[in-house]
Amino acid sequence: MVQPLELDVAAPTLAQQPHHAAPVGLDPDAPGTAGSRRWWRRSRTADESQNDVATDTSKTQSLTLDIAPNDPVLAFLQGASGPVDVSTLPQGSPAVAEMRESGVELVVPLVASGEMVGLLALGQRLSERGYSHDDRRLLDTLARYAAPALRLGQMVRQQQGEARVRERIEQELKVAQLIQQQFLPQSLPNLAGWDLSAFYLPARTVGGDFYDVMELPDGRIMVVTGDVTDKGVPAALVMASTHALLREAGPRLVSPAAVLGRVNELLCTDIPAHMFVTCLVLVFDRDSGEVLLANAGHNLPFVRGRDGVRELRATGMPLGLMPESSYDEVRATIDPGEVLLLYSDGITEQHNDRDEMFGFNRTQELVGRAQSGSELVDDCVSSLERFSGTREQEDDVTLVTLERSAAARPKELKAEEVLSRFSVASEPGNERLVLAQVAEVLVDSGLTTDQLERIKTASSEAAMNAIEHGNHNRAELPVDVVVLRTDTGIAVEISDLGGRGEDAVADIPDLELKLAGLQTTRGWGLFLIENMVDECEEHTREERHTVRLVLHVDTTSAHQADEPGGMS
Amino acid sequence: MTTQYEVVTRNPESAVIVLTGQIDREAAGGLAAAYDAAAASNPTTVVLDFDAVDYINSTGIALIVSLLGRARAEKRAVHASGLTEHYRHIFDITRLSDFIQVFSDVDAAVGASTS
Repeated sequence: MVQPLELDVAAPTLAQQPHHAAPVGLDPDAPGTAGSRRWWRRSRTADESQNDVATDTSKTQSLTLDIAPNDPVLAFLQGASGPVDVSTLPQGSPAVAEMRESGVELVVPLVASGEMVGLLALGQRLSERGYSHDDRRLLDTLARYAAPALRLGQMVRQQQGEARVRERIEQELKVAQLIQQQFLPQSLPNLAGWDLSAFYLPARTVGGDFYDVMELPDGRIMVVTGDVTDKGVPAALVMASTHALLREAGPRLVSPAAVLGRVNELLCTDIPAHMFVTCLVLVFDRDSGEVLLANAGHNLPFVRGRDGVRELRATGMPLGLMPESSYDEVRATIDPGEVLLLYSDGITEQHNDRDEMFGFNRTQELVGRAQSGSELVDDCVSSLERFSGTREQEDDVTLVTLERSAAARPKELKAEEVLSRFSVASEPGNERLVLAQVAEVLVDSGLTTDQLERIKTASSEAAMNAIEHGNHNRAELPVDVVVLRTDTGIAVEISDLGGRGEDAVADIPDLELKLAGLQTTRGWGLFLIENMVDECEEHTREERHTVRLVLHVDTTSAHQADEPGGMS
Repeated sequence: MTTQYEVVTRNPESAVIVLTGQIDREAAGGLAAAYDAAAASNPTTVVLDFDAVDYINSTGIALIVSLLGRARAEKRAVHASGLTEHYRHIFDITRLSDFIQVFSDVDAAVGASTS
């Protein structure tokens, strides 16, 4: 680990004059307590010595010296000029005792720019005579040349080491940034009647802010924004786990207050002391504009309404601070034409050159003059930039806007036409009744033969799941089927009463694994359904679980099968 | 509804299982018995003739996978014939057609087993 510095220039010279000499250098990389100096010495190996006739190898020794910062010998040598006899060094120095023990007779401090950077240590002359005046002069000259070279070498090595460490950290941060970007939505959902916009800028390479948008099983949309105390890597790590917890709890628990309560419990056990997460969870109904929100210490959202700006008030403890915190759920409505802003304190707490904070008032003003959600985001970003002047961005900035179009349809006006509605008892084999009935209803509906076969297979598989896994073959429970014509094509909805709390995610069937006995031969149902139709959605409302299968009917051109199998 | 499958031996190398009706849960016993009967003459190829089959569901796919597993363990090839376009497509997406050679009719499937 300790690499000797190349100071071989000294060795041959001294070897010809039969001495044992080796430079002892200050090793900048050596681990040690602060201030303690670790000295190393390059000892000559047996191989080298064999070629050196004049050298008695038996006396060559390796010496590593640890000189404590308070060792008197340090100050002594720093002030010395030229070679110093070990016998004249301060008594009571542990380093000197060690030198003596190792047979060192003469030391030459290597001093560069007033700083001792190394030590040349010499043992007894092979002739066993003392060091002559000439020897000492030679050593002194040698030390004057060697010291700056040694210092330079040390500095280069230190800088190279530091550069390598910096490079590695930068590389790792870049990777961390990429990973973190994957956590944020890659795109925002396209919702009829709504416009979502978002902006995220970490103060450092990675940040502690986050936001997410999820569609819930009942079709409502959950928007989450959060902010982890602190910045940089520690915040990013906590952000990642909080985000994962929210992603899991959101679609499962649906209620914003329940989601925050659950995530708080989980975070409380794991989060480092002094860290917490502010978070706001908001769920909105696309059709009615009804909003439910719960808040764990996050900034309150602003809404630009017809008569100015209002705040949606909901309060609660930040996540990760106190177990068993409970959160209120607040109800509100976003009317057509209104814009809602969610934001982190990176915007409100940014300072300018005069040390003023951007603050809530300026933020509220921006919301007040918002023409649309996306313009509000742009306005916030450019206003904040102008405000900051030469001040650096202090904290992560996250903005999410939700705009309900003025022309929002109160309800899907294009009503779907029900072609047939029927039920079958939950008895094994009844999926074939569903298949026959669906086929009869759809035979002249404009589907191609291939599409008709696909919807038959998908419907019977979905019905089989509803009978077996939903209603558990309880004949008294019905499986309800609705066949619809939609504005894009044909839909078949199949419902059971089995709920679907926490369905295990099914393995993707792999024929080779199955043939090798590593997967059950079964498990093809869901795979078939998904491959047969253009869209497959699941909804659960209380215990009622519905699978909606959709086939697009293209009226402008012939339907193109996306799988090549049908044409081969 | 019980399913009866007929086994026809057309030449020493191949045995044809002529399937009828539906390949679903209820086909389990019949299909296993048909394979036993087909394997009795120790053919190198077992041909599944789907010409008279109008319905195969996911349980049926699982049964075919099991049969394929047995045949492979006994070093027999499995050929299929008479599949509609739709079920050919399903054989493709499930990758069954990577392991079961699919022919348009039973003669072609039997013919291929002698070559």
